[in-house]
Amino acid sequence: MLELKHINKYYNHGTVNEMCLFEDFNLTIGDGEFVSVVGSNGSGKTSMLNIICGSIPVDSGQISIGGKDITRMPEYRRLRTIGRVYQNPAMGTCPNMTILENMSMADTKGKSFNLRPGTNKKRIDYYRESLKVLGLGLEDKLDVKVGVLSGGQRQAMALLMSTMTPIEFLILDEHTAALDPKTAETIMELTGKIVAEKKLTTIMVTHNLRYAADYGNRLLMMHQGKVILDKTGKRKEETQTEDLLALFNEISVECGN
Amino acid sequence: MSILLGILEEGLIYAILALGVYITYSILDFPDLSVDSTFPLGSAVTAALLTAGVPAPAALAAAFLGGVLAGTITGLIHVKLKVVDLLSGIIVMTGLYSINLQIAGGANLAFFGSSTIFENSLTDPLWSSPVGDFTVVIISLIAVVLVKILLDAYLKTRSGYLLRAAGDNDTLVTSLAKDKGTVKIIGLALANGLVALSGSIYCQKQGFFEISTGTGSMVIGLASVIIGTKLFKRISFIKTTTAVIIGSVLYKACIAAAMAVGIFPTHYMKFLTAALFLIILVVSNRSKRKGAA
Repeated sequence: MLELKHINKYYNHGTVNEMCLFEDFNLTIGDGEFVSVVGSNGSGKTSMLNIICGSIPVDSGQISIGGKDITRMPEYRRLRTIGRVYQNPAMGTCPNMTILENMSMADTKGKSFNLRPGTNKKRIDYYRESLKVLGLGLEDKLDVKVGVLSGGQRQAMALLMSTMTPIEFLILDEHTAALDPKTAETIMELTGKIVAEKKLTTIMVTHNLRYAADYGNRLLMMHQGKVILDKTGKRKEETQTEDLLALFNEISVECGN
Repeated sequence: MSILLGILEEGLIYAILALGVYITYSILDFPDLSVDSTFPLGSAVTAALLTAGVPAPAALAAAFLGGVLAGTITGLIHVKLKVVDLLSGIIVMTGLYSINLQIAGGANLAFFGSSTIFENSLTDPLWSSPVGDFTVVIISLIAVVLVKILLDAYLKTRSGYLLRAAGDNDTLVTSLAKDKGTVKIIGLALANGLVALSGSIYCQKQGFFEISTGTGSMVIGLASVIIGTKLFKRISFIKTTTAVIIGSVLYKACIAAAMAVGIFPTHYMKFLTAALFLIILVVSNRSKRKGAA
């Protein structure tokens, strides 16, 4: 279970440009939930993910996972149990290393990065099998550098790599936003499959209202640092893309953009 | 012939320095200027220990460890104190100058007569053999090949993968639940260890320590790395580490050729070093742009 309690976050604290992003923000995400998060630009979606992962500090408040306070834990230690896929497909892989080397590194996560061979030869067949599931033909290109792959192929690898070792949370930060519609669809289907298979607790930020309506079992809409819509279970299932769009228009008119 | 020998000797010895610079510049993407002082640090440690009667292999190891320590300090300044990479190197480079003088007890320290890795009871038969003139080349070549094999092997380990990832995309290092700062420190330590090792071997060939040998080390290393990697980019069966070693020899050949023309007095050596580096940079930038278009 992930809990955000009384989170306060200001940007440019103490200057004339001070901007309050979160004021007494609270959110609890239970185990096994697949939460889709939508909201306009600047509503605090990505900042929320950054606060959970520790990429940016909070001014006050508490973050805990499974009852354990992680507010002061550095980012790299939190990511031990969190898998994160970024909007930019280049963030999740190493372009100058081969597919095999990238897969091997992802497989070593959580173990010691010592002087043992970087690639365990016995695992190569397993890597090949997992790449085959993607259906992109990557299983035949193990020795190709990731830098020559397309954005969609890289994002598929990033998704695979971030979920290869056991994790408690999967964080998806607009992970289909930089892809063409067809590739985005493929990646989204793949995401749904992996999340269901590994029963991962997932938080997905997206601008695609249809994905938000179709995927997941909980839906959040954020606006100006607040959750203005929170639907779970049956109520989430009944939510249609059109309802979300209508609500979106409403809040946009309020803001005048 | 003696010019050719000189090129090979210096090229091979400086190749170890170039391999160190390859780690920081190419793999870690870190412009590490501490190299200019860790090269003479290796020399100073070696000269002081050989004078004190310590065996040459122990002096080599001590020089390597000295470089590792200096590299670690550069890394700590950059990672823990959050000083910009270039400045962290400059701080260590400047500070080490005094330390080097302290270790060697002055700007020069000769140890003629002490047994070195080139001149000892084991290598005596080699010197008197028909290939005696090649003794330094042979021993340097063995050292370089050994370092190259070890470095190649290291880069294939889990730790080596992480080092390459840190220079390639450090977000991934964080995603793998590793502290990217620690990885950078390890890389800098290893790189400067190699640079100091190169300094140790160089001064054992010379028979003395000289504080000014370090000036321009960074440029020499960088030039070798760039020549090697650009020249052999399209030839996939040559490993980058091999390319860097060849680059180092080629660079020394270029310098020797420029000096051999005879219009430059000896003290123009550093000027040529810099000028040649500039030419290499400009040419490699041109070819990059053409490749992109």
